[in-house]
Amino acid sequence: MAGANWLNRGGRDLGSHRAGWKAWLLLGPLLLWLGLFVLLPTLLLVLTSFSQRDELGRVVYSFTLENYTRCFDPIWLSIFWNSILYAVIATVICVLVGYPAAYAIGRASPANRRILLTLVMIPFWTSFLIRTYAWISILSQEGLVNSLLLSSHILPAPLSMMYTPFAIVLGLVYNYLPFMILPIYTSVEKLDNSLIEAAYDLGAGPLRAFSSVIIPLTKPGIAAGALLVFVPAIAMYAITTLMGGGSNPTIGEVIQNQFTRARNQPFGAALGVLLMLLFLVCFLILGRKTNSDDRST
Amino acid sequence: MTDFASFGRRILFRLPDGPKLVRWFCGSWTALVLAFLYLPIVLLVLFSFNQSKSGFVWEGFTTKWYVDLFHNRVLLQAFGNSLLIGLISTIFATMLGTLGAWLLYRYRFRAHRLMEACIFVPMIMPEILMGVSLLVLFVMFSLPLSYFTVVIAHVTFTFPFVLIGMQARLQGMDPSLEEAALDLGATPQQAFFKVILPYLVPAIASGALLAFSLSLDDYIVTVFVTGAESQTLPLKVYGMVRVGLNPQLNALSALGIILTMILVFASERLKQPTPGETP
Repeated sequence: MAGANWLNRGGRDLGSHRAGWKAWLLLGPLLLWLGLFVLLPTLLLVLTSFSQRDELGRVVYSFTLENYTRCFDPIWLSIFWNSILYAVIATVICVLVGYPAAYAIGRASPANRRILLTLVMIPFWTSFLIRTYAWISILSQEGLVNSLLLSSHILPAPLSMMYTPFAIVLGLVYNYLPFMILPIYTSVEKLDNSLIEAAYDLGAGPLRAFSSVIIPLTKPGIAAGALLVFVPAIAMYAITTLMGGGSNPTIGEVIQNQFTRARNQPFGAALGVLLMLLFLVCFLILGRKTNSDDRST
Repeated sequence: MTDFASFGRRILFRLPDGPKLVRWFCGSWTALVLAFLYLPIVLLVLFSFNQSKSGFVWEGFTTKWYVDLFHNRVLLQAFGNSLLIGLISTIFATMLGTLGAWLLYRYRFRAHRLMEACIFVPMIMPEILMGVSLLVLFVMFSLPLSYFTVVIAHVTFTFPFVLIGMQARLQGMDPSLEEAALDLGATPQQAFFKVILPYLVPAIASGALLAFSLSLDDYIVTVFVTGAESQTLPLKVYGMVRVGLNPQLNALSALGIILTMILVFASERLKQPTPGETP
């Protein structure tokens, strides 16, 4: 991945010339943009999370910890737990479903590889709204499955498949599967053929070859894929709202609600800051896995 | 005994040996995965030509949902908004990304690594957090939510992608290209505009394409920072999806899928290596 490139490159490429004032001036807009629209908003979010609100829902900047103590109410904790659970299940299913496919694509002949990769890229780039709508049109009460089952008189009444945890996880898996396949593919493509051949020559069966050679060597890809699926899946609210119908809300849905309908920005900000911490922990754990393994190979 | 065993293996069940079994399993698994990825999309496109207004019983071919779509004022206006916001943010994101990548490649800055890490923040930050934190900023400075705020948000989450793509291309560049230009008497500015920029054109084009499609596609950040009149197409689509099944939505999705396919093929073409690049 392009992202991993700069992390691993040595000091040699860091720019051959010392930056003079002209270079700093040219870099100015970029730094200003980062400061104004990335750093400052993040700091303001943290600030807001320690503030109160007046009756009209406006933020009053006077220090309080109340928003955070409220976050540890069992209701909100269980919602946090739910979001993590959905994300974990979706990630595990994505690894199990995506790995063999990524392996097959990575080991295919160059011509087939290009075709297969393009086939994975198209859903990757298709709007998630379109892809979620596709499943809604299959699963809903008047959807494809129900109209088939009803018109063939297999079922007397429509099945309700939407607005269930099953629908939420399906929506997440369907949307994030390409995000898992692509990084695993990248590390499968880099596999040294002779290592796999050696495993088979030394008498390993396919299972043994996978468990002791192929999977350990492609771990950076799995970790990168998990990062790309798990982290956005925790915070995702649009897919979970559409597929879950708000019956099993995720943390993202609650934050969105606090900022829009409930008009309690400080509390929403506190939930957001906790989400950011959770996300940082995941990133440090999984990010370290992708890096350290990259270096050792 | 051995004869019998080999006979059995040949006639009864010729199980493929290790690698062949693996290839067979992974190959058919991939076919299933692709079926899983494409079946819902294909059904969506297919039923966009169905006459039936509700339900999935085929009642005959029609293109009326597409005709309706092109008479849907609300959607057309939202699409116009999306195009406008997409174009403006792409221009800004591409300029910021290209210039930034070049400067970070060519010069050594103080706090270089820190700056490079900061550029990654908008890429990895959950979109909802970017949305709410920008909302907090705009509210604090009493900026009315409008086209302007949407463009700011879109540039913020698209330019790092342009910059990363550009860095990858710069890594593959032969340093002697610029050295030769300088040796032959070009000023650094001339070298940049006459040598580096033309070399970067494919990366600029694919970066701009990426920025444009990310902007066109975004729902999660936009919903927090948009005003009433600057609503983009994904926001309207989301509203329609929430209500329920709608054949116009099938038609719109079909067009979206076709547009995506065109963009993917176009960017694949841009990725073809060009002369002067070291792999």
